[in-house]
Amino acid sequence: MLSKDDAQTILKKVLSFSTADECDATLNGDTGGNVRSARNSISTAGANDNISLAVESRFGKRSGVATCNEFDEATLRRCVQRAEEIARLAPESPEYMPLLGPQTYLDGGRAFAAATAAITPDYRATQIGASMALCDQKKLSSAAFLNDSVGFVAKRNSKGLEAYQQVSNVTFSVTVRTPDGTGSGYASGDYIDAAKMDAARFTKIAADKAASSVKARAIEPGKYTVILEPNALLSNVDTSLLGALMQSLDARNADEGRSFLSKKGGGNRKGEKLFDERVTIYSDPLNPDISDLTFSGDGRPQQRTTWIEKGVVKNLYSTRFWAQKAGIPDLPRPNGWVMAGGTQSTADLIKSTAKGILVTRLWYIRPVDPQTLLFTGLTRDGTFYIENGQIKFPVKNFRFNESPVIMLNNLEAIGKPVRLAGNLVPPLKIRDFTFTSLSDAV
Amino acid sequence: MKRRDFVGLSGLAAGALFLPSLPGFGHARVDPARLLEPGADVAQKKRLADAALNAAKSAGANYADVRIGRYLNQYVFTREKQVQNIVSTESYGVGIRVLVAGCWGFASTSVVTTDSIAATAQLAVAIAKANHLVQKEPVQLAAQAGYGEVSWKTPIQQNAFEVPIKQKVDLLLEANAKALDAGASYIGTSLFQVNEQKYFASTDGSYIDQDVHRIWPTFSVTAIDKASGKFRSREALSSPMGLGYEYLTPSASEQVTGPAGTELVGYKQRYDLLADAALAGKQAKQKLTMKSVTPGKYDLVLDPGHLGLTIHESVGHPLELDRVLGYEANYAGTSFATLEWKAKNLPYGSKQVNIVADKLQPGSVGAVGYDDEGVKTGHWDLIKEGKLVNYEKIRDQAHIVGQKASDGCCYADSWSSVQFQRMPNVSLQPGTAKLSVDDMIKGVDKGIYIAGAGSFSIDQQRFNFQFGGQMFYAIEKGKIAGPLEDVAYQSNTQEFWGACHSVCDQSDYRLFGTFFDGKGQPAQISAVSHGSATTRFNGVNVINTARKIG
Repeated sequence: MLSKDDAQTILKKVLSFSTADECDATLNGDTGGNVRSARNSISTAGANDNISLAVESRFGKRSGVATCNEFDEATLRRCVQRAEEIARLAPESPEYMPLLGPQTYLDGGRAFAAATAAITPDYRATQIGASMALCDQKKLSSAAFLNDSVGFVAKRNSKGLEAYQQVSNVTFSVTVRTPDGTGSGYASGDYIDAAKMDAARFTKIAADKAASSVKARAIEPGKYTVILEPNALLSNVDTSLLGALMQSLDARNADEGRSFLSKKGGGNRKGEKLFDERVTIYSDPLNPDISDLTFSGDGRPQQRTTWIEKGVVKNLYSTRFWAQKAGIPDLPRPNGWVMAGGTQSTADLIKSTAKGILVTRLWYIRPVDPQTLLFTGLTRDGTFYIENGQIKFPVKNFRFNESPVIMLNNLEAIGKPVRLAGNLVPPLKIRDFTFTSLSDAV
Repeated sequence: MKRRDFVGLSGLAAGALFLPSLPGFGHARVDPARLLEPGADVAQKKRLADAALNAAKSAGANYADVRIGRYLNQYVFTREKQVQNIVSTESYGVGIRVLVAGCWGFASTSVVTTDSIAATAQLAVAIAKANHLVQKEPVQLAAQAGYGEVSWKTPIQQNAFEVPIKQKVDLLLEANAKALDAGASYIGTSLFQVNEQKYFASTDGSYIDQDVHRIWPTFSVTAIDKASGKFRSREALSSPMGLGYEYLTPSASEQVTGPAGTELVGYKQRYDLLADAALAGKQAKQKLTMKSVTPGKYDLVLDPGHLGLTIHESVGHPLELDRVLGYEANYAGTSFATLEWKAKNLPYGSKQVNIVADKLQPGSVGAVGYDDEGVKTGHWDLIKEGKLVNYEKIRDQAHIVGQKASDGCCYADSWSSVQFQRMPNVSLQPGTAKLSVDDMIKGVDKGIYIAGAGSFSIDQQRFNFQFGGQMFYAIEKGKIAGPLEDVAYQSNTQEFWGACHSVCDQSDYRLFGTFFDGKGQPAQISAVSHGSATTRFNGVNVINTARKIG
């Protein structure tokens, strides 16, 4: 990790070596480690520590990038020279945009925690050790992964832009299975501050789901009311229904006619109500639970931005080039986002359900038709039948074919959001969710 | 780099690319000329490797291996009439793995000096010792004799890095023009070129120097009907290959004519980018008015460029022994094909199904002389006449199935990643009787012919799957009856392979491949190929994927 002063000292030196029309320099640092277990035993563990410098030099509309990971004067000078050589040979970019000048970034977020930076191999072994011990005690088999990282980004360019921020993250996920392989459960969580991490707490949730999912019964596939827990809506290891929706809010694709947000006859559907009026999704880099970088990779400020409000598409993100060409607000793609919710827990949502299916997690989700944002995938690690407000019995897993656009029109209820993969995601109750076949997988 | 960033960078449609990340983007951006400069010589690498092994042993390791890796990549991206990005990268560093009292430890460094390497070896030992306190199953490593100083190189004709960038850009832009002329609204083309210069040494006494090359030209073509708002894409029918730039020189003898009535062409060891782009432009436009499929049971005739992905998901993955044993339970999943299931001797497929693993197959992206834990590679049977006979293994798994040696399936996607079990090339053997695709179709009364890989999804134990494709054609009374859209098939691994009716002969055999097979935590990618000839499966459930949104 480099401090703000140390990082900016290096960046100033880089810019002083530049002979290009424009020069942009970015330092990225990432330090962390991980430990992985399976069959209640550690399988692999590792550590990483990297700092790299990227220099972009521009002559007119020609641009070149070079990088290095040593920061003595001679290396920095060579890196700048190399970027300039590459730029001179590059073709002119028809999408050239001049570098940004000085920017004002939001202040006061808490994207970094000292406790995460202080993690040692012993901390990791203790956390995962507690997870494994719990499963040993319950005679269940677990596979888990703990990953932590602290990092910083520092930027400076020849137009006077200057930025620096530190971030941290710790993530734990665990799959617990019964020894005979007939029950499986999953839980995961992530925090900025490692002091909040309790691997055993997540392991207990996964263990309870594993134990209660044995002897699953087969019920007919078809349209069901479902309660989708946050892990069924978003994932940090797989494509997800809400993640895919948020990644589809690109203005250029919509304007070019190749998005579910493209309008018949041309243009896009910004301003149209496409979802249930209770659907509101916004990004906020200062939210205390999901604070993140307040600037994007190209230096644009990350602001609090409403993407969907009361079911209406309010904003689309784009590159700077497209924003200028299309004459739309210049908004970068957000990092984390919040789906506004209510106060009900998943348990509350179950209580108010006459007939339905509780889904712990959806998996192997892949696009089927980008025109309708149709995706397919399967339930996994705890799927249960609900009747008269109670979980009655575990059911076999299903394959679904569903679009998040249709899903968010069939909204019955929204629960209380929890942090997942750097976002705040509520459990959702959805009617007429489409299951198309059964799976024997556990 | 995350997959979504890559998708944004390349301008490709989200469906065009498979898995989580791309190698090289954390790597140093360099001048293209740097990709042709030699790295450290073998004597230097041996000296550095010995520093690692000695430091590890002194710190208490019972076994150690060291990988000195120089990974060179170049990617060229264009769309329509313009260059999007040209990226050349180099990544150089050292990964050290140690075994201390039956517990693994791993650490890596980009500072390639004897001091830094020794400190990294000590860190790997410290991590192994910390984990040993909570370790329960000690690692048992299959014995492996040292090979001394040996080397291996992908047999390429032309190193892609020697080809001037302008020549590559001109080719991609010409392909774009062909697609646009043929009716496409948009096209994004990409050319990936990879060179892994890997040096492996271990306390067993091996010093292995390898030079591995791979290439993948690909594109996504989109046609749009503005009035209706409908859009459809057709992706390239190329494959990632373990070849040099020669893959991009078309050759009639390396092409297979597709079924009569489809205009399709299958590519073996050479690819015609311009012809495929022109056909894709035409077909993307045709897709705007194709007939929507009637759901039901059909006999499927699957082209190798499609079937490869089904083999990958329903055979390649379930036979990875680490998945079978539960080591991937928290991420990729486990497998239905457990040791207990194998002992029951149940059929995996029909008698037509013969599937082999092969780490040396010429032209495949998985071909290497030695794996990333110093084991000489080879080939072996996985499924014989429909029965499962073996798995895919590495050194610390061999003992579990009573095998004395590893199969050579160990791979790491970078010097900074720990090596673990990855899928070898897994391929369906062609039929022994003479059979062309047209002859195969003659025997089908009600079926669908599918070419190219599309949407794909399978459960975590590899039972239930759903696949789409690029081009679909109705087969009626032994003939191609016209194109279809909105097609996906859903089946179950054993049911599907049990329905395998016939396989075309060797003359139709081709490789499918991927650069982005994802597995492990932290996630790593791996390149793998899957060969087959066109194959018929009877009575498979086909669904219609069309939906309406407001």
